[in-house]
Amino acid sequence: MPLPLPIFVLVSVIKSALILFILLTAVAYTVWLERKVVGHMQNRWGPTRVGPFGLLQPAADGIKFLFKEDLTPPHVYRPLFLAAPLIAVVFALTSIAVIPFGNSFEIFGYTIPLQITDVNIGLLFILGVTSVGVYGVALAGWSSNNKYSLLGGLRASAQMISYEISLGLSLVGVLIMSGSFSLRAIVESQQGFFWYMVPRWNIFHGQFIGFFCYLMAAYAETNRIPFDLPEAETELVAGYHTEYSAMKFAMFFMAEYANMITVACLATLLFFGGWDGPLFGPTVLRVLLPVVYFAAKIVVFLFVYIWVRGTLPRFRYDQLMSFGWKFLLPLAIANLVVTAIVVAW
Amino acid sequence: MLSLHLILFLAFGAVCVAGAVNLLAQTHPINSALSLIAVMAALAGEYLLLGAEFVAAVQVIVYAGAIMVLFVFTIMLLNAGVEEHTKGSRVAIVIGVPGLLIGSVLLAWVVLHRSGTEAVAMGALPGDPRTIGQLLFHDFLLPFEVTSVLILIAIMGAVVLASKPEAIQKRKEH
Repeated sequence: MPLPLPIFVLVSVIKSALILFILLTAVAYTVWLERKVVGHMQNRWGPTRVGPFGLLQPAADGIKFLFKEDLTPPHVYRPLFLAAPLIAVVFALTSIAVIPFGNSFEIFGYTIPLQITDVNIGLLFILGVTSVGVYGVALAGWSSNNKYSLLGGLRASAQMISYEISLGLSLVGVLIMSGSFSLRAIVESQQGFFWYMVPRWNIFHGQFIGFFCYLMAAYAETNRIPFDLPEAETELVAGYHTEYSAMKFAMFFMAEYANMITVACLATLLFFGGWDGPLFGPTVLRVLLPVVYFAAKIVVFLFVYIWVRGTLPRFRYDQLMSFGWKFLLPLAIANLVVTAIVVAW
Repeated sequence: MLSLHLILFLAFGAVCVAGAVNLLAQTHPINSALSLIAVMAALAGEYLLLGAEFVAAVQVIVYAGAIMVLFVFTIMLLNAGVEEHTKGSRVAIVIGVPGLLIGSVLLAWVVLHRSGTEAVAMGALPGDPRTIGQLLFHDFLLPFEVTSVLILIAIMGAVVLASKPEAIQKRKEH
């Protein structure tokens, strides 16, 4: 039975606030995880002083960012300089709205899905929001009125446009197999097993190449090593956020990590069966277990992100472009054609 | 009665018109480009109200996301500066503004009364991805493919025009 309007509004507000809180906490602890894991990979300890295992380090960092002096250099173009970090962080946080975290559950006779909203163009919504998010980085680079920032902003916009094509095409294979843009429907199409043991997730269902393309393109879209040329600190000081300090800098940081989490969510939903996993026990456990599976898969993806960062060097700019256009794009198209032929068979 | 649909329609329309006016009024190209992005986004909102959610999403991805990023990219790359406003001739104000008003009223009247089509009700268009796909890849496959070939030709033409004459000469000699 559908919710009456007042209750619907109430439930939506509660869900949005809760998910935003969880997302921001996750962003903070992804930073902690990154520092910890990269530290261990480089034979260091990472943060250890603030709290047990340095677990309170994100809180300390947040306080530090809030109290630092917020410098605005005199030569910047002020309106856009102030708007750019906002654009970056708002669009990074918006895309979480259509991501489902688990099955729906019933309470007082109402069915409540574990998702802010289920739209039937969910995937397109996320692609749209990420494509608009480029403006944050591009405008930051331009409005800073600094050559390093400008180069970073230019690189970011060129790189994001180039890799967005491969990103979109790598997802079409999954769309052909599930026949829907709704993320919930895509997850539901991956239920079940092959030969009673291998789960029917898209990655085991012929979409391995699609997943590879998606992962590469997504690393480029989120400006992460080995594709972090927009902020390549050895060449461009800090790229597009060279002139930013205090909370404005922290907003770019938050946007980057929120984007990482969105990418991990999408990879889980599209290729790894979302919240799919063995269910058992009482009703409460049956509602909570999928969320736990979903979170666990996301943590694995975040770990891979950090692992890659600790392992690979940065690409050169021409290598980045030729990899994107001459290798990744044809591969994604080939994957799409083969998938279409097999499905049509 | 003001329904939620109508309120949203008017709000998006207001953003759209304000963005368009701002696009003309701004002197700096990047502000104009950003106003155009606001217009595109507001248009996507209007499409969404009509029930054409796929078109709305594509509007954001293609226009606001890809094409306008290229505009902004070019402005950034050329480092285009502030432009000077001309004083504006009196003819433009005396004839242009009333002419524009009369023109748009006429256009609205023709569309509403003479075109033989009813105004589309809010949320009435079959705009879900499945219907659009059926239309594009089944009912109108040939026009769709011909259009894409046309665009391809345009792109190739642009590449030829943009490449240096010496390079073409070199290719001919080979």
